[in-house]
Amino acid sequence: MLTVLFDGIAYGMLLFVLAVGLSVTLGLMNFINLAHGAFAMAGGYIAVVMMQRFGLSLFWGLPVAFLVTAALGAFLERTLYVRLYDKPHLEQVMFTIGLVFMSVAGVDYFMGASPQIVDVPQSLDGNIDFGGVSLNKYRLFVIAFCAVLTLALQLGLSKTRFGSRLRAAVDDSRVARGLGINVTTIFALTFAFGSGLAGLGGALGAAIFSLDPQFPLKFMIYFLVVIAVGGTTTITGPFFASILLGVADVAGKYYTPTIAGHQIQIGGFVIYTIMVLVLIFRPQGLFGRAPGK
Amino acid sequence: MIDTALHATTGGESRAMAWFAERAKWRWPEFALWIAAFALAFVFPSRSALFNEVAILALFALSLDIVLGYAGIVSLGHGAFFGLGAYVAGLLAKAGGGAGLYSDPTFGLLVAAAVCGFVGYLTSFLVLRGADLTRLMVTLGVALIFAELANRMAWLTGGADGLQGVLPGKILGLVEFNFMHPEYAYLYSLSVLFILFIVARKVINSPFGVSLRAIKGNALRAGAIGINVNRRLNGAYTMGAAYAGVAGALLAQTTAFVSLDVLEFHRSADVMLIVIFGGVGTLYGAIVGAAAFKLLYDLLAAATPQYWQFWLGLILVLLVLFVRGGIMGLVSGLYARMTGKGETP
Amino acid sequence: MSAVLSTKNLVRRFGGLVATNDVTFSLPAGARHALIGPNGAGKTTFVNLLSGVLPPTSGQVFLDGQDVSDWPVFKRARNGLSRTFQINQLFADFTPLETIGLALSEAHAEGAQFWRRAGTSKTIVDEAVSILEQLDLGDVMEHRVGSLPYGKQRLLEIAIAVAPKPKVLLLDEPAAGVPEGEREQILEIVEALPKEMALVLIEHDMDLVFRFAKTISVLVQGALFVEGPASEVARDPRVRQVYLGESEVEQHLGGAA
Repeated sequence: MLTVLFDGIAYGMLLFVLAVGLSVTLGLMNFINLAHGAFAMAGGYIAVVMMQRFGLSLFWGLPVAFLVTAALGAFLERTLYVRLYDKPHLEQVMFTIGLVFMSVAGVDYFMGASPQIVDVPQSLDGNIDFGGVSLNKYRLFVIAFCAVLTLALQLGLSKTRFGSRLRAAVDDSRVARGLGINVTTIFALTFAFGSGLAGLGGALGAAIFSLDPQFPLKFMIYFLVVIAVGGTTTITGPFFASILLGVADVAGKYYTPTIAGHQIQIGGFVIYTIMVLVLIFRPQGLFGRAPGK
Repeated sequence: MIDTALHATTGGESRAMAWFAERAKWRWPEFALWIAAFALAFVFPSRSALFNEVAILALFALSLDIVLGYAGIVSLGHGAFFGLGAYVAGLLAKAGGGAGLYSDPTFGLLVAAAVCGFVGYLTSFLVLRGADLTRLMVTLGVALIFAELANRMAWLTGGADGLQGVLPGKILGLVEFNFMHPEYAYLYSLSVLFILFIVARKVINSPFGVSLRAIKGNALRAGAIGINVNRRLNGAYTMGAAYAGVAGALLAQTTAFVSLDVLEFHRSADVMLIVIFGGVGTLYGAIVGAAAFKLLYDLLAAATPQYWQFWLGLILVLLVLFVRGGIMGLVSGLYARMTGKGETP
Repeated sequence: MSAVLSTKNLVRRFGGLVATNDVTFSLPAGARHALIGPNGAGKTTFVNLLSGVLPPTSGQVFLDGQDVSDWPVFKRARNGLSRTFQINQLFADFTPLETIGLALSEAHAEGAQFWRRAGTSKTIVDEAVSILEQLDLGDVMEHRVGSLPYGKQRLLEIAIAVAPKPKVLLLDEPAAGVPEGEREQILEIVEALPKEMALVLIEHDMDLVFRFAKTISVLVQGALFVEGPASEVARDPRVRQVYLGESEVEQHLGGAA
């Protein structure tokens, strides 16, 4: 029971780091980037290459994954995404799905279709006994790492000048523009940073979930659930949504209640139903606040 | 001041009637396309399996074009109705065991259309509550729920093994599908596509169809002239769902098999791609897009079997960045230049 | 109740801002009414509340004595409340003919018919052509709306609202952005509308206002400031006070007095 909760929280934390960038950019530009998962996958594979080809430890893989995907995000944002902000949502969707397809096939071409095996650093291998409960060291590390990261993000958003500008822009980008805030620059930086975080999450999670070329498609749905449930106006919303989703997902794989003689695996079904219900009855998200106007 | 008596003599009324009639008129490229499509069955009967796939894909794309191109509803989960239709028709044919009413393919189509139309009508209320982004997620969510359901209800659907024992009977009690003559299946699918296309064309040119285009063009103004926007969109979504169900049913009947694949995400993504590729809101874009998609798939998959997705993605990206209006945009531009007329509808 | 359109204690807030402040207003059938007020007085918000584009924070709107406060836009439109928008709201890919044909088929409750070709109802087509010719759009009726010159688009914006023969027509700055020479035409068209149709004109051009209106309401900071016959409003010293500084307006108010 506790193990499920523990694994769920680790998974949820990861999801948050993966999805938070998408949630913020969506709130900021009303732009739906279905290719967000491709950045996460890029981060994961960068870490894999660093470790397998250059023999570096995962500790080195993480910052490199962050930096390289952030740079990749910044580059694509400036060259391609920027042309689509004023286009209809349909075209944004098609464009980003196109990028997903390309990344899926591209990674398949260079890295092969099979899932990557990632060795965690020796210092984090194995379990530790924690008051009678055996906890996986690596997952503990993930939780701690993501918790620190989340706190840093929250602090950065509330205490720094950039953070306050970002919040103003998410609130109402027109008003923010009127106040002389350069929304375009803020967006470019946020996009790059969010992509970097996704890459970091991908690198961090490569040892937990299977990393294969289908990753962006598989996780697209999880990201959308996080956004639908968490809303796009805060980062605490997506955080709680991620934890909830992580725990529900892990729990769904462990428990299969028997209803009317049939063994029912609840996992996906419950999650999707919750997502649709939340979208219908609380379009601003379970944790988002209602629009001010 | 205004002198109506004077204007009555200008013949504006007959000019107007003629303009409306001209706009809905069948043009020679349309006849040519349909004749060619039917001729294919006799010229290349051995390739009929491929043509059949194209016809089914075209009907599926047509159904999305009604929802997306005319009603303006962005759906990432249109495959739900395709899959539902496939299972409905598959289960019916299985229940009939190859004979009787249940196994009659036309009956299967009708039931699939009715079931999918009904489910589409119900879900349309959920979908229409939100704006674009919410619609996207709701449609995707609904499709995922359907896929999960089919997976979990293995006792009914056969689960991951697929639905076995789908035995379609004789079409209208007359003709039977025959593996020696794959063109029968193609002609069957093509006929269904043709009939439903004519129906769609008629509906799109009706006052209802004009009001759909109006809603897509400017929903605020559409409301201000008294159009009950949501009710019209309910109607269009229902129609799109029923059409998608028929497409799914055709697949189940002509291949005598249904698997979980019919509900997979790539179905919804592919069909969206086809509609964009062919040209949104053109009806013919669905057919041209489906043919081009299959052709491209065969070409690219033959060159690089595993990596066709890459080229598909690249085409999508380039299409969005550089080509507006899809293939039909290019074709109607060309047609206009050839006939020296202004714009075609 | 003789009023065709009225409001009772109508309030609309945007956050902390009160855009419409306790407005009780009544419009008799066949009125020729102007709604004026300085910039930001909440004229467009008021029209949006009347037509249902915005829901009120509190208070009621009555159409023909019926409480329509929670009716959506389309339902009010079907019951005889029509409007134009300050910024054109047209169907760019339609032709004027199609646009008016659509508006008429909705007015005749034929808009949901899906089994006949649009343009086969001779009554509707004839009516559409006659409206288009009345509004000087006859010669461009088969052109794409998006490619029409601005003045013609402005005429079409009025034509759509007039076509269903509404009981009340709200004209939100119909001459906005129209070059000087074409304003006269718009005024003539508005003046030629059927007598029994109640008209509300929101306008900045005082020339147009005083030529058109028999009664005037002045809206200031969301509240009804002064109301009455045009000549009285023009003489009202408080109105002059409000408009002080807007020299052009003062000149017209002075001239009419």
